[in-house]
Amino acid sequence: MNWTQQFNALKTIVIKEYLRFIRIWVQTILPPAITTALYFIIFGNLIGSQISDIDGYKYMDYIVPGLILMAVITNSYGNVVSSFYSAKFQKSIEELLVSPTPNALILIGYVSGGVVRGMIVGVIVTVVAMYFSDINIHSYAMSLLIFFLTATLFSIAGFINAVHAKSFDDITIIPTFVLTPLTYLGGIFYSIDMLPEFWQNLSLVNPILYMINSFRYGMIGTSDINVSTALIIIVGFNAALFTYAMYLLNRGIGIRQ
Amino acid sequence: MHALQINNLQKTYRNGTVALKGVNLTVEKGDFFALLGSNGAGKSTTIGIISGLVNKSAGQITVFGHDFDSELSKAKSCIGLVPQEFNFNQFEPVIEILVNQGGYYGMPRSLAYERAETYLKQLELWDKRNVIGRELSGGMKRRLMIARALIHQPKLLILDEPTAGVDIEIRRTMWEFLAKINKQGTTIILTTHYLEEAESLCKNIAIIDHGITIEHSSMKNLLSQLNTETFIFYLESPLKNIDLLHHNEFTQFNIQQIDDSTIEVSLDQQSHINSLINLLTNHGINILSMRNKTNRLEQLFVCLLDKNRHNPELAKTLQQTVKESSQVDALS
Repeated sequence: MNWTQQFNALKTIVIKEYLRFIRIWVQTILPPAITTALYFIIFGNLIGSQISDIDGYKYMDYIVPGLILMAVITNSYGNVVSSFYSAKFQKSIEELLVSPTPNALILIGYVSGGVVRGMIVGVIVTVVAMYFSDINIHSYAMSLLIFFLTATLFSIAGFINAVHAKSFDDITIIPTFVLTPLTYLGGIFYSIDMLPEFWQNLSLVNPILYMINSFRYGMIGTSDINVSTALIIIVGFNAALFTYAMYLLNRGIGIRQ
Repeated sequence: MHALQINNLQKTYRNGTVALKGVNLTVEKGDFFALLGSNGAGKSTTIGIISGLVNKSAGQITVFGHDFDSELSKAKSCIGLVPQEFNFNQFEPVIEILVNQGGYYGMPRSLAYERAETYLKQLELWDKRNVIGRELSGGMKRRLMIARALIHQPKLLILDEPTAGVDIEIRRTMWEFLAKINKQGTTIILTTHYLEEAESLCKNIAIIDHGITIEHSSMKNLLSQLNTETFIFYLESPLKNIDLLHHNEFTQFNIQQIDDSTIEVSLDQQSHINSLINLLTNHGINILSMRNKTNRLEQLFVCLLDKNRHNPELAKTLQQTVKESSQVDALS
């Protein structure tokens, strides 16, 4: 395939993925907006007003970046894992496997679908957040960069989960038992400085902590973690997971017999 | 240049099942080729490997001169696949299924739409273009898969039991369509369990059994190997004198009476059906109609499988192939 043909193939996968989640927007776009609005009302307005400032920021403003990123993580992961696993389950993935589309484009196409959904949901949640809070964005560039890298990272992770999954149960185990606990313990609702030393050190093993804190830095200008270190870790995780996903595709693990 | 050449294709699945022990095939450009075999013989595995859905363990494949190991992308561009099972997204509209498939082969969306319209009209699915896949009938789904396989206008079309579970009317329409595109230059490989389908459509044939090619020739040559053919004759009126069939003149034919007005006749290659008909007519027995008891190819197919499964020399070859293939697997 020449470059134009490869571009057409990639465009096809991205459009297909976009149409897939837009067609069912009531299930894919609306729920995160409602859930996040409830978080803002309960944790921000009702409980948050009883909690003192953190790092000089109102509690509501402090939790906004984490809640936005949580929506991005959940949606980008969920989009790719369900879409790719459904394609495997229905065997429609064979449409791609018989074609000359290179494996890298298959991966980039599916990941792009997850990133687009993560971005759309992220923007909607940000708009909702702006209604409840009073944030002046500290660095648009940093916010967008972390937004994009996080969506990409969890889209690739969703892809890997889908490749390994053998049943629909397998695509819910990771989000329920790994992703959600790590996200909640990643410092959405608190600063790790508030934790005892042991838990502080343990929190440093959680990669989501680095994403939430660097995003919080981009949004409001404060972070528990050195932002450069966080960026290196996020980029490193992206590279490692991308390499692993390519290995799975090239070997045909989970998709070719 | 051959449309497809396969040398010593072997496949051992991860669970240890040896599916192919050394398949060899050559399909000429423009051919309508039948790939036959009983269930589990290795047809679908062979097709899976050719179309890139199954990884081979050993062997060499070239498609229109493009080697599968070094020019996979070019080789895949030449192939269109109609698989045995429905494998499209059941929740996508028909038109999108086709346009997306065109896109995967690098086509711009405008061209993919044009081609989709052409093939959906040819296969009488244009009215269903906005219907989602799962709402189509079985026959429509089969035709959709043919249209999808043709969207990039492949030089080699592979059909894995395309008419399974399809009613006779749709089956015949599909036969006509396939014969038409074959005439237009598309090479076709067909696997089917309907042997009359293979006999009427295909020029050349290969039979796979237990993962090896046991027969590879032209349909004409293969059918000429048939030693005897059995016919059923329906007589105009009931046979009054049954003993007549035991008359000397009839002994060269193996005749059995089925009922009052039906007889079964086995003819060897040397016997002419004309002489039997003349003989019956001379004795005042008029024939209303006649038919082959079994399909000729079916008869031959069963004979070949039976012969090969009871052939000690072949069994030895198979054992040797298994041994070699396990050595190849161990090395890889």
